[in-house]
Amino acid sequence: MNAISIKNLKKTYATGVHALKGVSLEIPSGDFFGLLGPNGAGKTTLIGIISGLVNKTSGNVSVAGFDIDKNPENGRMTIGVVPQEFNLSIFEKVFDIVVDQAGYYGVPRKKAFVSAEKYLRALGLWEKRDQKAIALSGGMKRRLMIARALIHEPQILILDEPTAGVDVELRRGMWDFLTKLNSEGVTIILTTHYLEEAERLAKQLAIIDHGEIIEKGSVKELVKKLDIQPFAFDLEKRITAETLSHLREFDARALDEDTIEVRLPKNRSVNDVFHAFDRGEIRVKNMRTSANRLEELFLNLTKKS
Amino acid sequence: MSAEKLWICFYTIVRKEIIRIFRVWTQTFVPPVITTTLYFLIFGNLIGSQIEAMNGVSYVEFIVPGLILMSVLTNSFQSSAIAFFMAKFQKSIEEILVSPTPPWIIVAGYVTGGVVRGVITGVLVYLVSLVFAPVSLSHIGSVISFFLLTSIFFATLGLINGVYAKNFDQISIIPTFVLTPLTYLGGVFYSISLLPPLWEGLSKLNPILYMVNGFRYGLLGTSDVPIGGSALFLFIITACALWLVFRLVKKGTGLRA
Ligand SMILES: Nc1ncnc2c1ncn2[C@@H]1O[C@H](COP(=O)(O)OP(=O)(O)OP(=O)(O)O)[C@@H](O)[C@H]1O
Ligand SMILES: [Mg+2]
Repeated sequence: MNAISIKNLKKTYATGVHALKGVSLEIPSGDFFGLLGPNGAGKTTLIGIISGLVNKTSGNVSVAGFDIDKNPENGRMTIGVVPQEFNLSIFEKVFDIVVDQAGYYGVPRKKAFVSAEKYLRALGLWEKRDQKAIALSGGMKRRLMIARALIHEPQILILDEPTAGVDVELRRGMWDFLTKLNSEGVTIILTTHYLEEAERLAKQLAIIDHGEIIEKGSVKELVKKLDIQPFAFDLEKRITAETLSHLREFDARALDEDTIEVRLPKNRSVNDVFHAFDRGEIRVKNMRTSANRLEELFLNLTKKS
Repeated sequence: MSAEKLWICFYTIVRKEIIRIFRVWTQTFVPPVITTTLYFLIFGNLIGSQIEAMNGVSYVEFIVPGLILMSVLTNSFQSSAIAFFMAKFQKSIEEILVSPTPPWIIVAGYVTGGVVRGVITGVLVYLVSLVFAPVSLSHIGSVISFFLLTSIFFATLGLINGVYAKNFDQISIIPTFVLTPLTYLGGVFYSISLLPPLWEGLSKLNPILYMVNGFRYGLLGTSDVPIGGSALFLFIITACALWLVFRLVKKGTGLRA
């Protein structure tokens, strides 16, 4: 069954902005789904409609098989949402916030106490349980919102840029946490600007831009579509106009004074690049793949449309 | 959702609201007690002793019901208006919006929160009034129905205000420019039979008049208006207000873009 099924979804805000222009998506149960797109692409709008925070203009959405028009409450029962912006009652205590959230799903308080401890511990917030939300750091608030979203044990967890403003170490912790959750059967939908994040976590990806899905598929499929691979070379000598001209066929550009980036089409071999270096008598100290592959893909895809 | 789950949703909203009201007790319960004490002192004792009996009761007794009801209605209104607006302002209302809690439970929860604050304030003011005028509860049925209906009605209006409000100013406009004048002109401090016919007629268009008089009847057995009709009228406008706010919340007015 599909966790989420969206057909020709459109959203025009009161301001006249066409935030979604006919989006269709199927997200199977158990998937780890990445939604990638630049600022203003429509990610938060899409998530808002799925979770009941934004009214759609037209189209159909069903959540866990329940149409959000006919059966909004049944669908919401199965979702947990971690929003992009903080939406905590800042004067409430951490523990109360999580327990009250369970209440809105009809979970009895006693049972909620147990789950609250479980998830606050899992997210490293148990020591902070008696603090008011206002006293938490940004990263802690973000984790509190994750704990809050999980308190009723939803089948689907939707996270809107959960790692924004979270340091590298915590981010990795969060990745492991989400991966584990997904392996336990929770469908995860995640929007992100961090492309590394999507590539590491997601099984399937959709790329959204200007309110349209411009590409979707498995991460592998999408990477295959990438027809160029950038490489960076550290050179022994400074880069000159002549150096660049030797590598013109590879779209070379200087990243800094002695690092050059070349873009290698899939049908060419790295050997061809080395031949070009040899011809120019350019010595290479070191070589690595440049920019994240998915990032490159992403840039390609959004540029085309 | 099952009845039990719905009850938990409702209980969660109300519980959270009651805790909030008590956490800020210096802003919720202390001011009305101080203001009404001053009213009783100045209008009741100092000036009231110079005024002859009104509708057959002493002036200080006469103003007790209106002053109680005045604090009930302003506090019920403010409570739900502020609670809902704050939840919108902090976006914590999204906690409920993403949940399966149905709109009618959201309405019931916030209105009940407002009623709780209104009722507690009313009881406190009644206790204060006992110091100045030993008013008994002559018609307990009228006391309870007018007290509760007024509280529910104004908690609902407060919620409507909270739904529409886009900033803090917009939740003080109605209390300042509508509620306070209507309350003062609603027969809290005088019997409308003292007014010239034109003003007496105009006063009868003011819904607060019927609440104050119904409640005064409950406490003192005297009223400027028929009681049964007033109760029915109050019941009908309360039902209409509840229906309206339910429609607004269901539609997502001021909540969902
Ligand atoms: N409440 C609103 N009223 C009017 N326009 C809105 C509203 N919310 C979003 N928009 C507009 O809709 C478009 C999509 O916004 P959305 O927030 O969905 O983008 P996003 O992909 O989440 O961006 P970001 O990565 O910056 O979070 C933007 O043009 C935005 O200005
Ligand atoms: Mg967004």
